[in-house]
Amino acid sequence: MSDTLSKIEKRTAYILLLPAVFLVFSIILFPIFANVWISFKEVGLKDIRIPEPRAKKIVKSVKESPDKIKIIYKLRNSSLILDIRDVKFQDKIPKNTEPLNLDERCKLKSLIINCNFGDWKAKYKENFQIILVNNSGEKIDKKEIKSIKPKLSGKSDNILLNTNFTLKNFKKVFFQNEFFDLLSTTFYYTFFGTVGSIVFGILAAQLVNQKFFGRTFMRSILLFPYVGPVVALAYTWELLLDPYSGTLNNLLLNFQVIQEPLNLLGQKYLTINFFGFDLKLRLALTTVIIFEIWRYFPLAFLFILARLQAVPKELYEAADVDGAGPLQKFISITLPQIIAVISILFMIRFIWNFNKFEDIFLLTGGASGTRTLPINVYEQGFTISDIGMGSAVSIVIVLLLLIFMFIYFRLLGRRADEN
Amino acid sequence: MKIKSLILYCLISSIFLFSLVSIWKVLSTLQGIDLENFNFAIILTLGIGISLINLIVGDKFHKAIKSIIFAILFTFVDGYLVQLMPIWYNIGIFGILIFYSFKIDKYNQKNLDLDHSSQTVVFEFLTLFGIVLFSFVILFPFYMMIVTSFKTQAALLINPLDFSINFAQDIKELFKSYFVIFDTYKFGRYILISTFVSVGTVIVTLIFAIPAAYAVARLNFFGKNFLSTSILIIYMFPAIVLVIPLYTVFSQLGLRNNVGGLLIVYTATTLPVAIYMLQGYFKSIPKELEEAAIMDKLNWFGIIIKIILPLSIPAISSVALYVFMIAWNEFLFSLMFLDNPNSFTLSRAIQYLSGDAETPRQYLMAGSVVVTIPVLFIFVYFEKYLVSGLTAGSVKG
Repeated sequence: MSDTLSKIEKRTAYILLLPAVFLVFSIILFPIFANVWISFKEVGLKDIRIPEPRAKKIVKSVKESPDKIKIIYKLRNSSLILDIRDVKFQDKIPKNTEPLNLDERCKLKSLIINCNFGDWKAKYKENFQIILVNNSGEKIDKKEIKSIKPKLSGKSDNILLNTNFTLKNFKKVFFQNEFFDLLSTTFYYTFFGTVGSIVFGILAAQLVNQKFFGRTFMRSILLFPYVGPVVALAYTWELLLDPYSGTLNNLLLNFQVIQEPLNLLGQKYLTINFFGFDLKLRLALTTVIIFEIWRYFPLAFLFILARLQAVPKELYEAADVDGAGPLQKFISITLPQIIAVISILFMIRFIWNFNKFEDIFLLTGGASGTRTLPINVYEQGFTISDIGMGSAVSIVIVLLLLIFMFIYFRLLGRRADEN
Repeated sequence: MKIKSLILYCLISSIFLFSLVSIWKVLSTLQGIDLENFNFAIILTLGIGISLINLIVGDKFHKAIKSIIFAILFTFVDGYLVQLMPIWYNIGIFGILIFYSFKIDKYNQKNLDLDHSSQTVVFEFLTLFGIVLFSFVILFPFYMMIVTSFKTQAALLINPLDFSINFAQDIKELFKSYFVIFDTYKFGRYILISTFVSVGTVIVTLIFAIPAAYAVARLNFFGKNFLSTSILIIYMFPAIVLVIPLYTVFSQLGLRNNVGGLLIVYTATTLPVAIYMLQGYFKSIPKELEEAAIMDKLNWFGIIIKIILPLSIPAISSVALYVFMIAWNEFLFSLMFLDNPNSFTLSRAIQYLSGDAETPRQYLMAGSVVVTIPVLFIFVYFEKYLVSGLTAGSVKG
């Protein structure tokens, strides 16, 4: 009895899960594996269009013989690079009509013309012509003929499905793509973005955890950058930072903080004279990191605030009795309480910042030293139109990601053990 | 009285005063006032002076009288420094000084003598400073977005710092950018498409996620643990690594430029987090309720509809809002899959608009306001649900 029950339970579970699992598998897991396949191929953006045989039907009347009509089919291979094999053509003709001198590649069978055009090379073009005659000498209706669409079919190689593999893409990724520059930019961006957003998250959480007028309002406001659409915020920042008409530069110039406008998003390096040393600051990258911090510190804030509010009040009261100052309280009570949240936040944010695409893409498009790995995927795939290379860079990202996740889950596991 | 505390108190309070006044000056500059100097040294000295007088006077006077005297004194000096400013500017300075005097009123010779008084001073002023600064830094871009959308190209070119809006003009002139983006750039259509995609994503995600989450939460089956961990791992894979294969397959299947295709992708990417959030909540529903239902010979469909759904309205709303927000704000997939202006979402339309260097920036900002307002409105209105969604979803972004 219980055996059948558990069987039913299992079956129900699989039925309930099937739609979701199927969808996630086809839209998320399949592409990740497909990336591996594509990354070993030399495929460009233009190769992925499947070649199709096409025919444009033009109907013309023949002079001085209303019982005849001329049909011209403009045949062509839609692809500029791939051949189509074994092209078949099929079209219907109206009743009581007959083709005159039908092309030898074609056959007529009960008002249907079937043609066998054989192989079409890439860019193939032909004007194929049929003349129809009405058997009873009546006028042929042009519209009727026009309304019938010819059917064409053919076989072609899908460049994605053949088994020619190459290591070229990976060679290019590692040796011709300034790979280490890319990697260091990505890590620089990820690390400082993550640390910055956590530091500001802690500060904001400390603030909101105190009592003051308008505290709930303040909490809502702090989350605005995180919930706002990235497109709108990025363009607003772009206007704000514009070197000529931007508000920030004009304000700084107006109050004589700087002498000439700073191109915050378009300048790779800024040389700062610091006690006689020339320091080179990566300006555009720093700006992008600041945007990143501005947009994502709210998440850290939310987490840390939730944790802070769970810290027992007695701890602070006991510290007051012992005569501890605010700094001491922060270091010996608050910090140990939130350190677990911080370490998990660090890992999560690190993984997400590592994959961040939209923010940089919208602000700088990857120019002036802000090219990270995700930006490179887009550039390779869609700017340079090399799908294979783009996939190879994606694979590098996935591999690094798997390493981070391994560390993250180890960390989670250890936390779970400790509790 | 400790010297260290005294110095810290004077310095920090006057720096705080200086930053308040400076923010007011920046905001005034943006209203077209010609200010060119923060007068750092003078205002700092004044601030120190006021802080010291506050200590010396102590509570011999009522704090209201004290504040008014300080405010009048400061406003007078500042008015002399900047010369002939409009009256509202001076009223603002006066208000800031009243606020400031109330804040420093609680310091006196006694409490600067206590243990840790210097640390307390630093912490209290940093808090105040933080509140002001955080609000300013966060709200300023939003403020700029709204104001720019009401300006004209010419006005922005003449003085990029003049943010003042002329409310006296005709309403059609004032809202010109909005009329233009709706008339010329078909933003009405994009709003409909964005709404359709986002609401559609929410509905389809819930239809797929609720049964799956129920199975994960309640039923025993082979591979359950594996599935629960995979949900989390899958959730961490970013859109950028899916883009190329999806683009390729969608091109070959003719699903590009198709809003339905976008909806499928959004659903798949939000499903893992939806399942994760829902199953957590389903687990907290007492099992006894369902056992009673099984006695009544309800099948799983009946259980979900009659018992689970009514009990999990809060969790479902928070998932729905969270998914709506992700779908509404999504950009990468809409960039990849849509290149026909007839099927753009709002985000994609704004990006397309900015691609043309000729587009005046007030149109861009009007578009940004249109895409931002609904999300912020929903966020503020349903904050309770959304915050729990954000925390449970925890990672995406």
